[in-house]
Amino acid sequence: MDYLLLQLLNGVQLGLLMFLLAAGLTLTFGIMDLVNLAHGSLYMMGAYFAWTLIGWTDSFVAGAVLALPATFLLGLVVEALVMRRLYARDHLDQVLATFGLILFFNELVRALWGPAGKSIAVPAFLTHTVEILPGVPYPAYRFAIIVVGALVAVLLAWLVARTRLGMLIRAGASNRRMIGALGVDIELLFTLVFGLGAAFAGLAGLMAAPLSSVKIGMGDDILIVAFVIIVIGGIGSIKGAFVAAMVVGQIDIVGRAFLPDVLKAFLSASAASAAAPAISQVLVYLVMAGVLVWRPTGLFGQRT
Amino acid sequence: MTKALRTPRGLITAILLLLLAVLPLLTQALDQRYLLSIGTRIVIWSIAAISLNMILGYGGLVSFGHAAFFGTGGYAVGILAANGITSGWIQWPVAILAGALWATVIGALSLRTRGLYFIMITLAFAQLVYYVGAGLEAYGGDDGLNITRSRFGGMIDLRDKAAFYWLCFILLCATLWFCGRMANSRFGLVLRGAKANDLRMTALGFPVFRYRLAAFVIAGAFGSLSGILLANEGAYISPAMMSWVKSGDLIVIVVLGGMGTLFGPIYGTIAFFVLEETLKPLLDLGHRGWGEYWQIVFGPMLVLIALYARGGLDSLLGRRHG
Repeated sequence: MDYLLLQLLNGVQLGLLMFLLAAGLTLTFGIMDLVNLAHGSLYMMGAYFAWTLIGWTDSFVAGAVLALPATFLLGLVVEALVMRRLYARDHLDQVLATFGLILFFNELVRALWGPAGKSIAVPAFLTHTVEILPGVPYPAYRFAIIVVGALVAVLLAWLVARTRLGMLIRAGASNRRMIGALGVDIELLFTLVFGLGAAFAGLAGLMAAPLSSVKIGMGDDILIVAFVIIVIGGIGSIKGAFVAAMVVGQIDIVGRAFLPDVLKAFLSASAASAAAPAISQVLVYLVMAGVLVWRPTGLFGQRT
Repeated sequence: MTKALRTPRGLITAILLLLLAVLPLLTQALDQRYLLSIGTRIVIWSIAAISLNMILGYGGLVSFGHAAFFGTGGYAVGILAANGITSGWIQWPVAILAGALWATVIGALSLRTRGLYFIMITLAFAQLVYYVGAGLEAYGGDDGLNITRSRFGGMIDLRDKAAFYWLCFILLCATLWFCGRMANSRFGLVLRGAKANDLRMTALGFPVFRYRLAAFVIAGAFGSLSGILLANEGAYISPAMMSWVKSGDLIVIVVLGGMGTLFGPIYGTIAFFVLEETLKPLLDLGHRGWGEYWQIVFGPMLVLIALYARGGLDSLLGRRHG
């Protein structure tokens, strides 16, 4: 029972990380109609910035806090140099150009930081465990991710639903030209939203770093999962991205935590532990295929 | 025929094909075996790019999962070989059928969606195949598997590099011939019409979905053929041959060469491999060791191509008529 609870929490933690990544993606697609494959590169750059800044400041919190504006600025630069020219183009051009950006960023990181992966240590004040229920310890760092992720999700929901910026974002998603005609500086809005998405991706990258490692291409595989999430949730929908991220997080963790034991019933132990992660990945894609067959524009997507 | 040779496009294409046809003789004369292995990969990738061009270029369907067919072809050959069935007469038809079947399944599901959803669902299905390959512990899992090359009962020995190259080249010519016939047939015209305006084609009474599905299946079968060749080229299969980056590379090749043109995919493949092989030494000239980072230059080149060079290399050869 406790084990089940812990795994559920791990699923929530993974889901929140992926939500941070998916939120920026779904915003840029919903508002700018932009397919940004390079979003995963911003996730990676967030982690590398954090690694360097933590080294300089000798403090996890300071490094992490400084890495956010760094990724935000990087997002602004990428938007101004490349993305801005892509908004009006068709999806194929966007796929091609942002695919080029992925190659560029991966090699840039290899050239600047070297080919070996880096590791960020869990900060000392979060190495202990917290008791989420009496007698059920849970790693404090993972718990902190859940707290930060939930806070950001709430903040984002508030931003989109309750503020003037959020109103413009929603208006931009439903009719870009009209709000431009009403005198809103649409270019500035696009730049801001892109930078915001970049900062969220960077936050996800640097928070995930102590759990695995900071390495080249770390954003590529998770980016595809983030795309799966926004497609399941319905492109452009923050709520959809949140629900889908939670579902995908649970599938992934359940697959890793429980499938090996189930598979061992009829496979050898080594074959079971090799097949389980693969099967849980496959499950995620099957869920997406199922959702799209049932609703071709995702759970919360706009009907066309 | 002679008339086609008088245009720059016809002339350059003829020279390229002639060069490809005699490549093993050239590399033998120059004693450059490495060039022949690049040439073999160029020919195999050309077949894959032509098959992607059938749906991407002529059909306007941005499939981001075409490398999965490298996998269906390669793994069908590899799994059969690992189980003692080494005859190419059995392996190759089974592998092509596997590709066509898989294309039928994913095509039937993906073609219900549009736009970004289509791009992503094809990518997701390719990832699915990738993870199935990585999870097949009995066939190497993540590490891949060395296989024995297909046997054709003494007719041709695929271990002979030159013979294998010519086999690939003949198959490339057959693929080109098929694609050319298809593009100009009634079937191809419906497909191209649906790319320009699918509502109008539907209104005219054409079952667009079925035409697209048929094109998807044909592309899958030819994609699988290139997978068979790729597995036999290295005598090795691994999930890496169907990673999503390879799907991206194939899209790059098709766009680079010129979408919806018969020879564009071949120009694109040659340009892609030549760029890879020349950027490295060029950067090394600037500073020793920089060659390793050739993609720092190649990445922004893709951005520029996407922004400013939509017609691809084919459009450099002058306007097309018709």
